[in-house]
Amino acid sequence: MTGMLTAAVPGRHVQTREPRAVLSARGLRREFGGFVAVKDVNIDAYHAQIHALIGPNGAGKTTVFNLLTKFLEPTSGTIRLDGRDITRLSAARVARMGLVRSFQISATFPHLSVLDNVRVALQRPRGLGYQFWLSLSALDRLNERALELLESVGLQDERHKLAADLSYGRKRVLEIATTLALDPKVLLLDEPMAGMGQEDIARVASIIRNVAQDRAVLMVEHNLKVVADLCDRITVLQRGEVIATGDYVTVSENEQVKLAYMGTGYE
Amino acid sequence: MADLTLTQAEAHRATRLDVLLLLIAVVGLIAAPFFFYPIFLMKMLCFALFACAFNLLLGFTGLLSFGHAAFFGGAAYFTAHAVKEWGWTPEAGILLGLVGAGGMGLVMGFLAIRRQGIYFAMITLALAQMFFFFCLQAPFTKGEDGIQGVPRGYLFGLIDLNQPLNIYYFVLAVFLIGVFAIWRIVNSPFGMILKSIRENENRAISLGYSVQKYKLAAFVMSAALSGLAGALKALVFQFATLTDVSWQMSGEVILMTLLGGIGTMVGPIVGAGLVVTLQNYLATSPLPVTIVTGTIFMICVLIFRRGIVGEIQALLRRLS
Ligand SMILES: Nc1ncnc2c1ncn2[C@@H]1O[C@H](COP(=O)(O)OP(=O)(O)OP(=O)(O)O)[C@@H](O)[C@H]1O
Ligand SMILES: [Mg+2]
Repeated sequence: MTGMLTAAVPGRHVQTREPRAVLSARGLRREFGGFVAVKDVNIDAYHAQIHALIGPNGAGKTTVFNLLTKFLEPTSGTIRLDGRDITRLSAARVARMGLVRSFQISATFPHLSVLDNVRVALQRPRGLGYQFWLSLSALDRLNERALELLESVGLQDERHKLAADLSYGRKRVLEIATTLALDPKVLLLDEPMAGMGQEDIARVASIIRNVAQDRAVLMVEHNLKVVADLCDRITVLQRGEVIATGDYVTVSENEQVKLAYMGTGYE
Repeated sequence: MADLTLTQAEAHRATRLDVLLLLIAVVGLIAAPFFFYPIFLMKMLCFALFACAFNLLLGFTGLLSFGHAAFFGGAAYFTAHAVKEWGWTPEAGILLGLVGAGGMGLVMGFLAIRRQGIYFAMITLALAQMFFFFCLQAPFTKGEDGIQGVPRGYLFGLIDLNQPLNIYYFVLAVFLIGVFAIWRIVNSPFGMILKSIRENENRAISLGYSVQKYKLAAFVMSAALSGLAGALKALVFQFATLTDVSWQMSGEVILMTLLGGIGTMVGPIVGAGLVVTLQNYLATSPLPVTIVTGTIFMICVLIFRRGIVGEIQALLRRLS
């Protein structure tokens, strides 16, 4: 009955529909020796939403990212991407399926040019990986898309510099352009704005907002102002455990969260 | 878009200078046997090719193998055995050396690439040592004596390779083809991925590349081309011995590559030329070869950290 009713009002149906979880992890756990770095974490990343993962230093945020992207094997738990169990797949395989991450420490290819950094990301999706017999001019057909990506992050004028010669903030911007080159379903960004100036922060925030229109974004971010402005949902991690999940207001009123953040310099 | 065409023009200008230098070098190599001993030149070419093949792995993929003598020396044995015992033509013998070394590379690479850094080097060393002891014991390698008196034969059944100039130009041709192959691999879509793995392996994985497959492919190519060099050497010197599969040989190729400059196209060739010249020079002097080359190596590495060619390139870049 209700199904028929909502179906009769399509506009409303779209509004009230539960957002689709693209990536979801259940009971995720990781031990290092005897130390439990991540303990029974449940987390979902929804299509067209920006989800923040926050928590004090050493809470296990990066470890959760490493588990989700299969850079680390979970001790237990399951991870699903688009409903498919990816818990046992390799990191490269998961990336090819559209779950792409950035790294907390800037991760470019330092001795390649800015343009080549982006082209490397474009190569595989366009079927240019193993061709050892072709000349480099075979990559010219990637230039247009690569330049588009560089322009979208304002790096077009620096495309011939080596990535190593960019400022820290610009390297991070380059990383985002490289990640976007894969056109991922789910984007995992580990402190994408750390070490950036105000101008880059604003630019990256608008890029993230833009790409999240048709993707799921999960990001670690320490700047709570950015989180409040940008993110639809927040998960707070402390000592490897989720202590709260919800929108900004819900989470900031949570007693445990208040306690965790008290006197740590956060607002 | 206007800027883009500009950069392509720049790229072409750079290659035109390269082509000019290359032409001078090739003409020099064609004229060289009229001024130097062909056998000395051929030794240089064999080691230069070996070092270039090694550099494909160290300089462009970032993998330090300490077992490349197995491919160089292994191929020398395969080729020597095929032409001497089975009466194969030289080109078929060389092909066998190349394929055999590539096959060995597949097995050794498969076992080694799971590890990184020093562990990778140790595994390649261990496997190469196993191969050394196999060669010491196996009947077809003739133990301590090695395979002696390998006939050079007739190339395609026509060209007499016992003529010094004939074999020299044959070796030069194979050398040029080998170096061209390496240059092509390095400057290809595949080479780009190798470089990205060298630069940041985790990032390459996060972009969806199965880096183990790329590393293995690079390892096999490097092994096969090292085998090509070793096969040539067996024909030039007409013997294959344990020296070619010893760990000292693996060390020598590392030395040549570092000396000339890793990750440059010309560096390993210069390094090989230098080491071979030095060895020739010292062979007739009372000085101990290994100690002198070792000392020179230490001094060079301390002063020219990027190798000779690497330093020159860096200097030119600073000037322009
Ligand atoms: N490979 C590892 N081996 C052992 N312990 C580890 C390993 N990786 C992480 N840890 C530990 O797990 C805990 C969580 O680390 P993690 O890097 O995930 O924290 P984080 O929330 O990302 O912190 P930060 O805000 O400083 O980036 C830390 O105590 C860390 O020391
Ligand atoms: Mg972290």
